[in-house]
Amino acid sequence: MADKKHSDHHQEQHWVWKYVFSVDHKVIGLQYLITSFLFLLFGFGLLMLLRWQLAYPGQPVPLFGRFLPEALAPGGVLMPHFYNALGAMHGTIMVFLGMVPLGVGGYGNYILPLQIGAPDMAFPRLNMMSYWVYVVGGILMLSSFFIPGGAAQSGWTSYPPLADISPGQTMWLVAMIFVITSSLLGSINFIVTTLNMRAQGMTLSKMPIFVWGQLVTAVLLLLAFPPLEAAAVLQVMDRVFGTSFYLPTGLVIFGQTLDVSGGGHPLLWQHLFWFLAHPEVYVLILPAIGIVAEIIANNTRKPLFGYKEIVASMLFLGVMSFLVWAHHMYLAGMSSKLSNFFLVTTLIISVPSVAILTCLILSLRGASIRYSVPMLFALAFLPLFGIGGLTGLPLGLTTTDIYLHDTYYVIGHFHYVVVTGSLIALMGGVYYWFPKWFGRRMDDFWGKVHFWGTVITMNGIFFPMFIQGLAGVQRRLYDPTAQAHNLPTQPLNVVSSVFAWLLFLAQIPFIWNFFYSMFKGKKSEENPWKATTLEWACPSPPPHGNFETPPKVYRGPYEYSVPGAKTDWTPQHVET
Amino acid sequence: MSSTAHAEHLQEPVTGIPNGKLGIWLFLASEVMLFSTLFTTYIILRVAAPEWPRGWEVLNVPLAMTNTFVLITSSVTMVLAYAKAVTREKAAFNKYLGLTIALGFVFLGIKAIEYGAKFEHRIAPSTSIFYAIYFTTTGLHGLHVIGGIIANSVLLWLSNKQWDHPLFVGRIEYAGLYWHFVDIVWIFLFPALYLL
Repeated sequence: MADKKHSDHHQEQHWVWKYVFSVDHKVIGLQYLITSFLFLLFGFGLLMLLRWQLAYPGQPVPLFGRFLPEALAPGGVLMPHFYNALGAMHGTIMVFLGMVPLGVGGYGNYILPLQIGAPDMAFPRLNMMSYWVYVVGGILMLSSFFIPGGAAQSGWTSYPPLADISPGQTMWLVAMIFVITSSLLGSINFIVTTLNMRAQGMTLSKMPIFVWGQLVTAVLLLLAFPPLEAAAVLQVMDRVFGTSFYLPTGLVIFGQTLDVSGGGHPLLWQHLFWFLAHPEVYVLILPAIGIVAEIIANNTRKPLFGYKEIVASMLFLGVMSFLVWAHHMYLAGMSSKLSNFFLVTTLIISVPSVAILTCLILSLRGASIRYSVPMLFALAFLPLFGIGGLTGLPLGLTTTDIYLHDTYYVIGHFHYVVVTGSLIALMGGVYYWFPKWFGRRMDDFWGKVHFWGTVITMNGIFFPMFIQGLAGVQRRLYDPTAQAHNLPTQPLNVVSSVFAWLLFLAQIPFIWNFFYSMFKGKKSEENPWKATTLEWACPSPPPHGNFETPPKVYRGPYEYSVPGAKTDWTPQHVET
Repeated sequence: MSSTAHAEHLQEPVTGIPNGKLGIWLFLASEVMLFSTLFTTYIILRVAAPEWPRGWEVLNVPLAMTNTFVLITSSVTMVLAYAKAVTREKAAFNKYLGLTIALGFVFLGIKAIEYGAKFEHRIAPSTSIFYAIYFTTTGLHGLHVIGGIIANSVLLWLSNKQWDHPLFVGRIEYAGLYWHFVDIVWIFLFPALYLL
């Protein structure tokens, strides 16, 4: 990285270097943001197809059915293997290509250096490389739909032995290795930037909650992703070189003993996968909590309740998230001593999550709340994330999990956490930082239409799943009407599906608002929200190098309504 | 790994540790997690296996022993290259870094002979779970050796142009840290696969 270019050189650069292969964290941040929103939209599209099969099993998909190839959906009716591919790819794309790159790559890249008063990330070229490695991984993942045998069909969790023998999986693994590499490079960059590039006076205890969230997230990515990378390498070995890491001796498939050496363990994959994938949950939620904390402090016009408690809880969450993974595997046949251990750690990890949520709720007390569009999203996050978290407790308890495991209850639970929790916060963040990105405001009316449409439909999709799950409906069923006990709740599948399609309609005002406001929106002043954190101490959008003179930090991040101050906000970089 | 795109803006790294050094240590932390996962896999598979071959009976210990000495020697020459970069002795630096690269190739050559002998006897990763873990771990380690050789070669090639670059010595140090890590992984792999 022998990069000695001075910021001024960038101004005269060719547009390819300025907007495509840029090393500027702001451009890379927006690239991540837009790419990951597109992946979210695509993953959501897969889901809309899949929901048709769930609501009206065996009937041809209207409108889009005729565009689907004969091999996948003859006459517009989804084939079972295509249904499985839709499910597996929906999960993979939403988590690994959508939510993580959006929260970390998008928001982290753009906002974090600004909030700590840095001119850029610590390793700008590495940053660009992370983005392009992610793009390559994403393209490989999408292209797997077009290879013989189709895309991966073993769920986003890729459990062997199924994943070792079903088609499409090798491409999934190769794509994942790219995505993981991108995350690793990114996380190194984030940690070094946060630790080394802070402005003068920006001590750790003066960092905004958003920065703390990103720092803990980066550490989780750094330490949790390599085990999945190793696990993926082993699965590639199994599929390409015929090893048996995940295949037991004497495995019988279709009445025939599989011709492999054997001696491996399917459970090994589950352990390695969930060792990543539980910290992954916190990778999904911590950036969102950071965004919500920023929006709440700004719109309640008072300091956050319990800054230190939130930071401590985040650090504790980070540590504990490595000790709870096997609660995803209670039914995999582990000893009760082991499951008791994971039961206890799981209940312990709920404490810091509740502490954070409590602090955020108590921050509202006695405030004269400014109901701006971002604040609506932040306010919706609190109860909905609460529902997601609390419905997780019965899944953490071994006894209740025996019944609820792999039912729609689980799907409802984690979608409440990740969609009505994280995604709502990440959408709110767009409205909050849009003036920073483009120097213009998004339209409030369409913002509110988007907000209400999104919140109502999301609940319409996911709430029925709790009822279905409690009634015993299993997840991943191609035809839910095939079993009698699913029939009483089948109408709820229709409800969920209709709300899913309505959710798509609710995103149209958002997409339109985003692009319209980018060019034609009302011009915004430099600090439209009257916020205290450093990202508002430079022009909007910030020039290359961000700050004209390196800022100095004199106070904590949320000094709102300080008694005796002239205004109700005292920015971090203002002396006195 | 070090970058100075904005060295002009920046005074000192806040922690006092240069960005590149902090970055390479974090990278090594993730590498530790990667190889720990493989070692954990090895332990789990071995403990659960009804029988496990004795490494010294099926693998070529003298070759692996030679390779261990080759890698340790290369770590020494790497340190000497760094020392010569610090004391600004260019000719000696080139000699030691060149030796490090050469020893890396020697290691790969011996590894190739070892692999070749196995393939001749129709032994492949799919033969048994023991050979699966043997080929996977040593193969992944081999890829890391290749990565180290590439990094060192680039630095050797750049040394003419960048000898006086303020960050050059730092880069040698970071490449050295990585090379030592690759060495240490082998020092764990050797007994685990060949001797235990």
